[in-house]
Amino acid sequence: MGAISLQQVNKAFGETVVIPSIDLEVTDGEFVVFVGPSGCGKSTLLRLIAGLEDVSGGTIKIDGSDATLTPPSKRGLSMVFQSYALYPHMSVRRNIAFPLKMAGLDKDEAMRRVDAAAASLNLTDYLDRRPGQLSGGQRQRVAIGRAIVREPTAFLFDEPLSNLDAALRVNMRLEISELHQQLKTTMIYVTHDQVEAMTLADKIVVLNAGRIEQVGSPLELYREPANLFVAGFIGSPRMNFVSAAAAESHGAHTVGIRPEHLDLSTTAGEWQGKVGVAEHLGSDTFLHVHLDGGGTITARADGEFPVSHGSAIWLTPQADKFHRFDADGNRLP
Amino acid sequence: MATLHSRAAARLMITPAVVLLLGWMLIPLGMTVYFSFLRFNLLAPGTESWTGLTNYYFFLTDPSFWDAIRNTLTLVIGVLLITVTGGVLLALLLDQPIWGQGVARVLVIAPFFVMPTVSALIWKNMFMNPVNGLFAFLAKSVGLQPFDFLGQAPMASIILIVSWQWLPFATLILLTALQSLDTEQLEASEMDGAGPLNRFIYIVAPHLARATTVVILILTIFLLSIFAEILVTTNGGPGTATTNLTYLVYTQSLLQFDVGGGSAGGVVAIILANIVAIFLMRMIGKNLDA
Repeated sequence: MGAISLQQVNKAFGETVVIPSIDLEVTDGEFVVFVGPSGCGKSTLLRLIAGLEDVSGGTIKIDGSDATLTPPSKRGLSMVFQSYALYPHMSVRRNIAFPLKMAGLDKDEAMRRVDAAAASLNLTDYLDRRPGQLSGGQRQRVAIGRAIVREPTAFLFDEPLSNLDAALRVNMRLEISELHQQLKTTMIYVTHDQVEAMTLADKIVVLNAGRIEQVGSPLELYREPANLFVAGFIGSPRMNFVSAAAAESHGAHTVGIRPEHLDLSTTAGEWQGKVGVAEHLGSDTFLHVHLDGGGTITARADGEFPVSHGSAIWLTPQADKFHRFDADGNRLP
Repeated sequence: MATLHSRAAARLMITPAVVLLLGWMLIPLGMTVYFSFLRFNLLAPGTESWTGLTNYYFFLTDPSFWDAIRNTLTLVIGVLLITVTGGVLLALLLDQPIWGQGVARVLVIAPFFVMPTVSALIWKNMFMNPVNGLFAFLAKSVGLQPFDFLGQAPMASIILIVSWQWLPFATLILLTALQSLDTEQLEASEMDGAGPLNRFIYIVAPHLARATTVVILILTIFLLSIFAEILVTTNGGPGTATTNLTYLVYTQSLLQFDVGGGSAGGVVAIILANIVAIFLMRMIGKNLDA
């Protein structure tokens, strides 16, 4: 049903090459997240799949058939935009019904589907309001409602949660995840937030400068990042990188160790340093440790770890949790 | 404006402006109303006398009065239709990314900077003139009889001239409104399966409603008092074919030297303008609410 395949897709705006060449397979029913820093081409890639931009070369296959030149409305995809892109002069009901109206669907059937979508998104009480009278989260749900009534082959989400406040974002994340469980439709989701990527995805595609750095399940990326970029991007707080002597002793150009894989002690250990800033989050404490040999390392301690600014501290990396990278930044086995 | 003190100071500060504006408006209005009750003829100065409503009686029963009302409304509605439709179409066209967009926009706006008398004279003598005009030349070059625009279709010609002048204004306002339309909305509707026509009907047109209302209201104010274009082209003729209310007032007071009658006409014009304004606000004013 909703398999999408990109073959050597590339995109240039004039002289500027945004996406050099991308091959990607999305299988039916998968939740794929494109993640990367801003300007990495992830939104452009989504818009290429949607058909809102024309590819400069390559093929896009949706559901097995070549859709490279198909106009967006004929691709059977629904998209949720960052700004929600609701129609401000229409009521919520008419907003959700709009794609059905454009498809020329029978009015009663359309209303039945709108009511069903509204019920599943808790929007029934708001059907006669205008988008301007709704809160951010409600607008977001209307945008999702407008996307699901069409029963598309796949959903495209373009940073849908970035305009919401933190608490609401967590809620909507869950709702989107549940929606995917219910509908079992392919979803492609663009975000720059690695937490969203880790929590939502079946498969994460890490993009950097228009190139795919790595494709894999959240835990694969966490356990075995293919290169320095992915290692630094996935995981929060980000991985510590150590070069020079410490790395060479492990036979690598650079070694990485995640903050949660450091054992801390106030008496003895492999690396000695002084505590800089300690961020107490309650459940965890993140310590920024200035090593005596130079360099700063972030370490995760439990919430009650008894140190403060300036205390001496010893860090011992867990031996089997090292990530080793060569001079080009690629992972060593 | 938080404290009592600053509020009092603010009132004091704006008083001169308010007084000036009130005087500016009320004194001429009062004088016009006063003159409209006088027998006041410039050919017999110093013989002004009170005549009550006689001026109104003569003005309203003047055979050209109803012609003037009809002409005024024809002119306003005709020009509005052309400028609003033309403005929307031109704005849509100018919003497209084209080569030389900046120059094209300046060219479209240019007519607005030409004085009404000048543009009307140019239209009259260089385009519409049945002997020397460009249109006559074009007609003759394909073997047709030249058409005497201002003689045969005077009202249509004036509507054409005035529309040409005001089209840039409508285009400008509608173009800015168009540029404020969220492109994601258009893309969303495209993904929702709306073709170009449906996108215009359901997304663009509602977005332009407010700007269109502004254009209609402002244009109506100016079009009710069109004068220069008529004066330099048809002089209100042939007969009363292009005499609008403004021109009729001019005929009364400055061609027949009847200031009293002219003032009565002026008061009637004010009342008519207010009727039109109320009617318009009822009809489309709700578009202005946010």
